[in-house]
Amino acid sequence: MSKPKFGVVVFPGSNCDHDTYYALKKLFNYDVNFLWHKDIDLKESDVIILPGGFSYGDYLRTGAIAKFSPIMNEVINFANKGGYVFGICNGFQILLETGLLPGVMLRNISLQFVCKDVYLLIENKKTVFTDGIQKEKSVLKIPIAHGEGNYFADEKTLNQLIENDQIVFKYSSKDGELNDESNPNGSVMNIAGIINKKGNVFGMMPHPERSSDTVLGKTDGSLIFNALANNILN
Amino acid sequence: MYRAKVLIKRRPTILDPQGKAVEIGAHNLGLSNIRNTRIDKYIQFDIDTPDKSSAEKEVNDYCSKLLANPIMEDFEFNLSEWTPPEEKIK
Repeated sequence: MSKPKFGVVVFPGSNCDHDTYYALKKLFNYDVNFLWHKDIDLKESDVIILPGGFSYGDYLRTGAIAKFSPIMNEVINFANKGGYVFGICNGFQILLETGLLPGVMLRNISLQFVCKDVYLLIENKKTVFTDGIQKEKSVLKIPIAHGEGNYFADEKTLNQLIENDQIVFKYSSKDGELNDESNPNGSVMNIAGIINKKGNVFGMMPHPERSSDTVLGKTDGSLIFNALANNILN
Repeated sequence: MYRAKVLIKRRPTILDPQGKAVEIGAHNLGLSNIRNTRIDKYIQFDIDTPDKSSAEKEVNDYCSKLLANPIMEDFEFNLSEWTPPEEKIK
């Protein structure tokens, strides 16, 4: 494999699928395919991306109905066999609903939809999604855009996340300080992204695809995509 | 045919920012005795099974696999016999 092949799942209501495709294909020149949610062919992807958006209009609960799209059975099998799955924003919410990642998303504590740049402290630098980034940065600036990003899990689950080093990103100040002011949505322990125990399924609320192109004035998101691509090749 | 009425409630330990915001509205309205407002979900549907026990089983599956998220919500439901209006006309 000279470069990894990405598959971007398209659900009805996905709206960051094209941004993700653009970042991966046009900016970084990786192989990328769209995967329609009714298909069951993952097109030999090395990484499956569940993009941001409002799948099924966020009806019932965010991600609750997308979980039953035909392609999700394949994605779950793929993940269980060790395949890499990356959920961004609504994709993260879908991973929580499928049970591939633990916990739930609640309404933002402010009850407002929050769309702004946030800072992320890299809590676990050794995942396939983050290893190597520390050479460049320890705090990333990446935008969020969500109404339900208030991550919650019970104490037992949180203890497991801590013990297994599954918390990957935490909302922080520009200098990496963890405090309530830097927490945009009320997430428990400022959690912005978590990984499964095996280290192949990762979800984060901020949007790396929206901070990958220099034209947009911020490129920290590209560090995540490129770390992932490099790490799975090695 | 049975009519199912489902109530989905967040566990008491789970924050309900909506309930909290609405309660602030109540207090601003002068209803100062209101406490512990929770906004939950009520879902109604009909189920066409020959007997009540198979209806119960299917409603239970619907609730536990889709309508409620067992990590943060509990559900309860009741079933009553139901004849749709068009059949009544016949």
